[in-house]
Amino acid sequence: MDSPLFISLKTSVAATFISFFLGIFLAHEVVKLKRFKAIADAVITLPMVLPPTVVGFFLLLLFGKRSVIGKFLLQFDINLVFTWKAAVISAVVVSLPLMYRTTRGAFEQLDQNIIHAARTLGVSERKIFWRIILPNVRYGILAGTVLTFTRTMGEFGATMMFAGNIPGITQTMSTAIYSSVQANDYDSAFMQAISLIILSVSFMVASNFVSWRNFMKFTIKRPGLR
Amino acid sequence: MELYVRIRKKLRDFDLDVEFTARDGVFALLGASGCGKSITLKIIAGIETPDEGQVIFNGRTLFDSDKKINLPPQTRRVGYLFQNYALFPNMTVAENILFAMSGTDDEKNLKLKENLSRLKLDGLENSYPRELSGGQQQRVALSRILTSHAEFLLLDEPFSALDSFLKWQLELELLDVFKSYGNAAILVSHDRNEVFRLADRVAVLNAGKVDVLGTVHEIFSRPQTVAAAVLTGCKNISAARKISEDKLFAEDWQLTLTAKKIPDDLKFIGIHDHNLELRATAGENTFPFEIVRLVEDSSHFLLMVRVPNSDALPIRWQVNKKFRRADSELFLHIPAEKIILLNR
Repeated sequence: MDSPLFISLKTSVAATFISFFLGIFLAHEVVKLKRFKAIADAVITLPMVLPPTVVGFFLLLLFGKRSVIGKFLLQFDINLVFTWKAAVISAVVVSLPLMYRTTRGAFEQLDQNIIHAARTLGVSERKIFWRIILPNVRYGILAGTVLTFTRTMGEFGATMMFAGNIPGITQTMSTAIYSSVQANDYDSAFMQAISLIILSVSFMVASNFVSWRNFMKFTIKRPGLR
Repeated sequence: MELYVRIRKKLRDFDLDVEFTARDGVFALLGASGCGKSITLKIIAGIETPDEGQVIFNGRTLFDSDKKINLPPQTRRVGYLFQNYALFPNMTVAENILFAMSGTDDEKNLKLKENLSRLKLDGLENSYPRELSGGQQQRVALSRILTSHAEFLLLDEPFSALDSFLKWQLELELLDVFKSYGNAAILVSHDRNEVFRLADRVAVLNAGKVDVLGTVHEIFSRPQTVAAAVLTGCKNISAARKISEDKLFAEDWQLTLTAKKIPDDLKFIGIHDHNLELRATAGENTFPFEIVRLVEDSSHFLLMVRVPNSDALPIRWQVNKKFRRADSELFLHIPAEKIILLNR
């Protein structure tokens, strides 16, 4: 049986992976939008301002057996409710706004003249994206990834509603703490809380260290210069 | 080279509606900030799209709203020098220059070496843009353009971000680049002296329209319009009307002046502040004056003077520092041949 720690990690890694690409993609597309920008922005950001239980409730309605999507998926024998996949989906929906917002901010701060210059120099749009835009917003992306990962580690409400709290399947650290407290097992709850704190803090420290190292590598003058 | 531009675009404050042809040499768009000159340049480069019009370079249509042609900036072959140089911050000088270059590695490296030494960038190839001075950054931006496939240069206020000493250095260097580049460039500027020094022909842009167009000497000596007169450095403008063949009345200054070849549709006159003269005796175009203000500049005095005891608009006057308020009365002389006659 998978431990809550393992399920938490597994869910967070999977959700962060999806949010990472989806968030960058959405940020890049929304920045380019001329009309409906505000609407698109509001829809993507909504899960950030709603209580996670509300998000979970709507996910439950959306993918439940009585919904159109739920019925459609059932035809392929796919049931999402109270599965690990549901835990991942909950974590993605809740963390995506963080990835999207941070990345979008970085995209918008990028000097547009750099992109214009590349275009007039004949550089293809694809090359502009991979070689100019992405490298220059990497700190924004890194910050967004850190926020996304930590948010998914702490996810509780939406997961509880949509994926449930099934030990060995969907019980993550945060839901396990809840169960322990419910069962009056304060020792377990305490241990789980401490592990979660240690995990999150070490992740933050590690990511800060990585970004700091990158930063140093980038600004330190290379030997033999001038 | 021949670049034909006819564009129309609705902007927030006015409609941009310009038409001009730039041929060999440096063609300048001179205008106050927000007159539409930068956006004109962006439209030529394909960064902005006009509502309608044509942009044709050497017979090659870059944009034509009727024929629905709108080439992307990538295939227009223009070199755009941005005001802030727009170097790629994540790349070294060498990477910046090599990035858009085509050819084999050996060819590229040869071209890079040539350009680094030509633009005095030797030894800086591994530096990042943020480590360079403004002048060095501009030279990198230039060599990036010169090694690309660009066929003509667009310069957007190329010196506005530099201090005056550096500016002069770079101007001289840029003139050399023009020469070696076949002299095809469009310069956007609000600085009349810069335009005068660098450009051959100039179009004065005012609120989205070409006010006057001609050689630099034509426009600077006979600006014809108020906007052109102001942009070419004339500080004194007065509404005026023709009285007789050689007499006019300057309404704002409340002066009757003698001038040559006064057009019937005279609306305004102008006089440069350095063309006014100090006289000891009265005479033609010579008037007593009162000093409204006196400001000391680094090399001369700036006087604001007007007809004594009147509410006339003061005339700005640049006077030698030897000027002293004397006991005897002094007179302001407006040389007839220096009066700029404007019809709009």
